[in-house]
Amino acid sequence: MSGEVALAVRGLSKSFGALKVAQSIDLDLAPGARVGLIGPNGAGKTTLVNLLTGVIVPDAGSILLGGHRIDNIKPEARVRLGLARTHQINTLLSENDVRDNVAIAVAEREGFAWRSMLYTPQWRACREEAEARLAEMSIGHIADRRVSELPYGEQRLLEIAIAMALKPRVLLLDEPGAGVPSTESHIIHAALDRLPTDIAILIIEHDMDLVFRFAREIVVMVQGQVLRRGAPSEIAADPEVRAVYLGRSRH
Amino acid sequence: MGELLVRPRLLWHALPWVIAVAFYFFAGGYLSLGTQVMIWILFTLSLDLVLGYAGIVTLGHAAFFGFGAYAAGIFCVRVTGDPLLGMVVATLLTGVVGFLTGILILHTTGVTFLMLSLAILSMLAEFANKANSLTGGDNGLQGMELSPLFGQFEFNMFGYTAYVYTLVVLFLWFLVSWRVVHSPFGRSLDGIRQSPRRMRAIGTPVWWRLVAIYTLSAAMAGSAGVLSAYAARFVGLSVLSLFTSGIVAVMLILGGVRRIYGAFIGAAVYYLVQDYTAKLNPYLWEFVIGGLLIVVVLFLEGGLMSLIDLMARPFRRSTKA
Amino acid sequence: MAYALTILLDGVSFGMVLFVISVGLTVTMGMMRVVNLAHGSFAMAGGYIAAMMTQKGIDFHVAVVAGMLGAGVLGGICEFVFYRPLYRKGDLAQVLLTVGLVFISIASVTAIFGAFPYPLVMPKYMLELVDIGFRTYPAYRLFVLAVGGVAAAILWYVIEYSLIGAKVRAAVDNPRMARGVGMNVNLLFSLSFIVGCALAGLGGAIGAGMLSLEPAYALKYIVLFLVVVIVGGEGSFKGSFVAAMALGLIDTMGRYFIPDVAPYMLYVAVFFLLLWRPKGLLPPKSVA
Repeated sequence: MSGEVALAVRGLSKSFGALKVAQSIDLDLAPGARVGLIGPNGAGKTTLVNLLTGVIVPDAGSILLGGHRIDNIKPEARVRLGLARTHQINTLLSENDVRDNVAIAVAEREGFAWRSMLYTPQWRACREEAEARLAEMSIGHIADRRVSELPYGEQRLLEIAIAMALKPRVLLLDEPGAGVPSTESHIIHAALDRLPTDIAILIIEHDMDLVFRFAREIVVMVQGQVLRRGAPSEIAADPEVRAVYLGRSRH
Repeated sequence: MGELLVRPRLLWHALPWVIAVAFYFFAGGYLSLGTQVMIWILFTLSLDLVLGYAGIVTLGHAAFFGFGAYAAGIFCVRVTGDPLLGMVVATLLTGVVGFLTGILILHTTGVTFLMLSLAILSMLAEFANKANSLTGGDNGLQGMELSPLFGQFEFNMFGYTAYVYTLVVLFLWFLVSWRVVHSPFGRSLDGIRQSPRRMRAIGTPVWWRLVAIYTLSAAMAGSAGVLSAYAARFVGLSVLSLFTSGIVAVMLILGGVRRIYGAFIGAAVYYLVQDYTAKLNPYLWEFVIGGLLIVVVLFLEGGLMSLIDLMARPFRRSTKA
Repeated sequence: MAYALTILLDGVSFGMVLFVISVGLTVTMGMMRVVNLAHGSFAMAGGYIAAMMTQKGIDFHVAVVAGMLGAGVLGGICEFVFYRPLYRKGDLAQVLLTVGLVFISIASVTAIFGAFPYPLVMPKYMLELVDIGFRTYPAYRLFVLAVGGVAAAILWYVIEYSLIGAKVRAAVDNPRMARGVGMNVNLLFSLSFIVGCALAGLGGAIGAGMLSLEPAYALKYIVLFLVVVIVGGEGSFKGSFVAAMALGLIDTMGRYFIPDVAPYMLYVAVFFLLLWRPKGLLPPKSVA
């Protein structure tokens, strides 16, 4: 294992007036990491992702992606450096078909937009790569369907396929299973299992089955702070975590 | 074997241009009407790029049309009457204005942006109104003496030169628009319209893209303005009016957004309806246009092009393999 | 000093007209999130109805009230037929449909009243000059100040202290939550729209001496009303009052001191102001 950390967060803090949504958060993601981020509603999990991607500007702290400081650069630029995310609520291009949603991402990654005036075959190449990505997520068969017509579970998979098309080094998954009916959630689980092992992945989830199966490390957040971190078995057994979170969602 | 030598699609694309060329020979006294329609088509097409594809809701696009017209007029009166040089200079200058205003206001959206675009239009209109010595103020810019095109073809009241000149300029810009729209750049604009958030999440420099298309569209609208100035050899304050901005938006919506030919149909239909009903009744056309606009917004989202789509559907199925 | 006070009075009376007309628009845009470019048409309607009645010899005050009510009724009809479908549609659809309404209103007015400026006949006493200490001043402008002031005060009271005012404020802050809490948002929207149009009509009627009635009214002045709303902050009553006063004063001062540059000044000021504060001077705080 290389010593270099894929994503390093130090002392990240943010307040909205009196509301402290992030309090001096430290986090490390090694290459190939599988970290689950859990916590009750309002703990600041999505806020953390927004801080990492640059949608929100932190008050203090630093974020390093592969050793480079990224906390002062625009969201678009962070993507180009290898940081990708999915959203809790789908942000897909609903007027386009599935393949195009991914192909557009490929075209961006390759920087085709400015050269596009001269090279039409490149778009074809983007579409071909898009089909490959869709196949990886086992949704290759719906490449021609319009996004607005897809069932919700497949939309979530498309969200992930688009993020993967960016060839990220670090992937932030914001509740990939959210809103997916239980009859379809196994396809999400299967897709997550097949994600490349060299990418560092941080996953926010409320589905405990998914988190405990998928993650090799768990971070528990409460009220903007990191409460505990450790292996799944440790977290499951930790009385404080149970009291704050797990105890309420016993099934 | 029975195979067509030319794909049917290509025939449909050639149709508007064939009509335009035929019109030249058969139009008679209606030639200048045709020139006007083409000028508005170009203007509407420029708005489609910015509003239809990129989703920039602006009511200030007449600012570029008007600036191009006045720039061409002033250039002709003050510098030289060369119509080619004048077109190039005025178009470039308008593009610069588009760029400068774009970088100032494109970070805003919604009503704030709308207001800012209106403010710019209003400022230009006031300037044109007051700067009498330069623009002729209320009376308009007069005394444009255009040199003959290529030393041979005069711009005169018969309007033959103006018609052909306009047709060629429209065709060139049409090619540019087509390329832009069917490229990854054009697709990214469409994506930005649907979800800027999604586009940022895949690394698109959204703001720069918007500035780029706004600049291009401004230059294009400027060209339309130049053509307008050349066709009439006169520039009036109406080129910088809110009404003009409104009309071009009506034309676009009528024809259908994001359908390049929508601009063609919308501009042609509007102009013809206006011309016809204005003769019947001076204010009837405003009524008709207002009503059409409401009907289109409420019931016919794709504009007239969507009606054409509906009619063409049975034919299209038979041509697909 | 007298000069300055005159400018102040002129500016504030103009501002009052702008406020009364624009306050309905700030609610429509802030609460229902509809870009209503046809708002000027309702002001115009109120003005024309009142003017028509005064020309027929009906008492001025009655005519003004009739204009207000007429505009309100028109607002109710339009809300039901045209604006309801717009609530869910995007900016572009709203802009276009309301532009269509503007076109129709201009055409209608031209057809019924003709293309030239249409005078509103004011009672004799209105045209007199009143002695207000340091100079004599047109009674008309004092009348506008009084009516505007009373309207503003009533509005302020209703908005701040009544239940329906609280509901309106809540719906402006967060329409989704308001619906979730069980408020009959549709009814609230309709009522607010009607009241807003009625106020616009009132402003159009009493302001006919400053914003002259002609078919192009709806298009000419909508920019002014939009400026008041956006500079003040969409949905903000205080903001639109402040903005209206500011706009009235700036415009008046411009006319007095720098008549050549006056029209620009306004747009330049708005331009830089919006770049500095895109959400307006006093936007209502959102709980979202």
